[in-house]
Amino acid sequence: MKILPLIISAAVTTGLVVALNTKLLLPAPLGKLLSPQHGIWQNAENEAADFSLDVRFPQLAGKVDVYLDDRLVPHVFTEQENDVYFVQGYLHAKFRLWQMELQTYAAAGRASEIIGDKALTHDREFRRLGMGYAAEISLKEMENDPATKASCDAYTSGVNAYIRSLTESQLPIEYKLIGYTPEPWSNLKSALFLKYMSYDLAAHDDDIEMTNAKSYFSSADFDLLYPSMQDSLDPIIPQGTVYPAPKVKVKPPVTADSVYLKNKSLLVMQEEKPDRENGSNNWAAAGSKTKSGSPILCNDPHLGLNLPSLWFEMQLSTPTFNSYGATFPGAPSVIIGFNDSCAWGVTNGGRDVRDYYEIKFKDDSRTEYWFDSAWKKTEFRIETIKVKDSANYIDTVAYTVFGPVMYDKSFSGNRVSNNKYYAVRWKAHDPSNELLVFILMNHAKNYSDYVAAITNMHTPGQNFAFASKNGDIAMRTQGDWPAKWKGQGDFIMPGTDSSFMWQGMIPQDENPYQYNPERGFVSSANQKPADSTYPYYLGRNYPPYRGLIINRKLTAINSISPQDMMAMQTNNYDVFAEMARPVFLKNINDTGFDVDEKKYLDMLKSWDLNNEITAIGPTIFSILWQNFEKVVFDDEFKNAPTVIQHPFESSLLDGILRDSSYKFLDNIETTKKETLTEDVTAAFKNAAVQLVKIEIEGRLTWGLYKATGVNHLTKLAPFSRLNLPIGGGSHYINATKEDHGPSWRMIVSLTDKTEAYGVYPGGQSGNPGSKFYDNFIDQWAAGKYYSLWMMKKGEEKDNRIKWKMSFNKT
Amino acid sequence: MKFIISIILIALLSVAACLYLPWWSIAIVSFTVASLIPQTPGKSFMAGFVALLLLWGSLSWYISQNNNHLLAHKVSMIILKTDSPYLLITATALIGAIVAGFAALSGCYLRRS
Repeated sequence: MKILPLIISAAVTTGLVVALNTKLLLPAPLGKLLSPQHGIWQNAENEAADFSLDVRFPQLAGKVDVYLDDRLVPHVFTEQENDVYFVQGYLHAKFRLWQMELQTYAAAGRASEIIGDKALTHDREFRRLGMGYAAEISLKEMENDPATKASCDAYTSGVNAYIRSLTESQLPIEYKLIGYTPEPWSNLKSALFLKYMSYDLAAHDDDIEMTNAKSYFSSADFDLLYPSMQDSLDPIIPQGTVYPAPKVKVKPPVTADSVYLKNKSLLVMQEEKPDRENGSNNWAAAGSKTKSGSPILCNDPHLGLNLPSLWFEMQLSTPTFNSYGATFPGAPSVIIGFNDSCAWGVTNGGRDVRDYYEIKFKDDSRTEYWFDSAWKKTEFRIETIKVKDSANYIDTVAYTVFGPVMYDKSFSGNRVSNNKYYAVRWKAHDPSNELLVFILMNHAKNYSDYVAAITNMHTPGQNFAFASKNGDIAMRTQGDWPAKWKGQGDFIMPGTDSSFMWQGMIPQDENPYQYNPERGFVSSANQKPADSTYPYYLGRNYPPYRGLIINRKLTAINSISPQDMMAMQTNNYDVFAEMARPVFLKNINDTGFDVDEKKYLDMLKSWDLNNEITAIGPTIFSILWQNFEKVVFDDEFKNAPTVIQHPFESSLLDGILRDSSYKFLDNIETTKKETLTEDVTAAFKNAAVQLVKIEIEGRLTWGLYKATGVNHLTKLAPFSRLNLPIGGGSHYINATKEDHGPSWRMIVSLTDKTEAYGVYPGGQSGNPGSKFYDNFIDQWAAGKYYSLWMMKKGEEKDNRIKWKMSFNKT
Repeated sequence: MKFIISIILIALLSVAACLYLPWWSIAIVSFTVASLIPQTPGKSFMAGFVALLLLWGSLSWYISQNNNHLLAHKVSMIILKTDSPYLLITATALIGAIVAGFAALSGCYLRRS
């Protein structure tokens, strides 16, 4: 019986190996994960790691030298233009492969393949929005343009060259922890990534919430709560600009009032939405306003703050162009940056380019729908969603003349549905090639190159700022925008005929723009692009306050230096509170206030309106405003559907500034008529109760109360940087909120030798085990910048250069 | 002497095997060495156990030291729910040790059967 011990010990060994190699018994394959030669230890990068490299690839046309500086920024020098994209793809993959793949999986509605059925709702939502459909159309456009195709082919081939060279031990740590491996890159993935940006920037709509608001409130109340103009608006293109008569004449259908604008049927539905605060600042000052006499361009796009960062800093130098700036891991080119002649930056246009139409199908088979007095055949797109550890999920999406039927009986995004069919008309479904914008901008030498480049930008529409060394500055509110009649697309529209369809696009030469304006600067901060004299309808909801303070500051300042611009980009002055606080202070009735209430009122009074981390005033003001909104509106909204548009902040502020007997101050549930004093005082007392609690928790100062954090894309706290000491907030130039804010701050002074500064909340390496993973974050939080170095040939021996990578053709 | 040689052989061959093979090749190495070098079951087990305890412990410690324990702090919080690089190193060493120990024990029994 000597065999028995063998059998037992062999079984124990096998059992151990299986348990430690799989997730059958343990939550993680601990043996595989902790093996020092395979697992996570391999991602613990040596502090003195050597990033030098000498590699050869048959895909290259010439020699490529990459110089990595002390911040791990690659300066790429090539002999052939397309080689630069190969190496860009290779380096993006080397430092950021996991995020690149994850974003394209998410964009394509394939997240379930990685994380299982908990992502199924997300995946169905994205597929029903037609993300894959849009990316395929876009890819066709991209591949029809020889320059775009060549750059994408080279980029893809660079990413794949890196993926092929990867061994198990070199996989990014997230693949090891989640347990999967990368698949080959493709041009479609770059197109998907760009559509993801369109989703983030140009998919926001409140149509469903607004439809409910319109149905619930009287027309007069609706116009007060959701006005199409704000009193404090200082538009991107200044008031007084004269616009020519519109070339596209749009007119509402005769039934617009009866079946649409005054239709009062309620919907009950909700949808996954991109963050509405995806905004940004950009401005350019002409030489007449700067100390050097040369233009300065500034940009800080506000996006979700994540690790690894959305951005990767690079210099791309080829015989045909030399550019520097923020690149997107996932796509070729510099996206926001500068070259030897000019600089450019963007903020989101934010117009409504996603509308819904109610479809009438003949029956549940959805094969035919009623359109223009006939039954029209539906086309179906079958979406097969692979689900990890589970069977495939098949979703059949009906496509109409408007676009895919996103919501129907089978899909309401796990929320309540009213069993209607809504097709989505999204501008991002139309053919366009946004990558060409950036390829051409990298080459741009002057204003006319800039105009030629950016008119390719269709969706997401952007306010595109420009400044050049020859002294030009410009701003175009660029996009391919539907020409709408007033109110079109604010609510769900009837889809039984063509009368409610978009009637045309605004001609490119009618997009509001400014070129070397007399005031000596251009700026945008997502506010409404033009005043009410602009002949096309621009929608309702735009944030006015950042634009107001930016324009006030730029008007006042002269002899501007880059340091002045740093101070301005990181400025925390609260123009919203500047307007609202006097109304509050004038109306608060402090008779009978207790010790705490008195204390907080004094703090509010003595606050200098700056949202600094150590200030207590902004915490008090912010909580007071929230409570004031509740006191004013809770009664009106008590019986409203839960899915409803909240009144714009500016509606309430404009309301009480205009009129101290603002209609909604009265509590409709009481017989007496409440006044502004009563509402403000009640709000203050409610706020004080919350403030006492917050003070006990020790979070009364603004930095601790707001608690800005940069989350890892998986939200794993140890890979994130939470509770950062940074001020600002939503109405301030430094628009840093809880998990959202300036994702790349850039200042470019276009003197003979370009002087540029920048910083982003992340680090060049996507590896949580690298010291380059988050090393920019403290600098960013402190409002400090790095000098951006446009390296020249001959500077290879500069002591900022730490490593060299040589790429050669085989 | 056999014990020391076993430990050294298992450790060295494990490093070599793991360059090309999955992590569980440490079990094959320990099994093979123990089946070739005659020792008591207890000593065989201990040879595998000690070899990998030392090997995985020192390798992970060395890597982590050069990383200033940056990643070990983070991963220990994810896997062990406590911020302790040394606990993660200990866990690594013990996992290697126990697998190699039982594999070596099996090798020993194979020779004896």
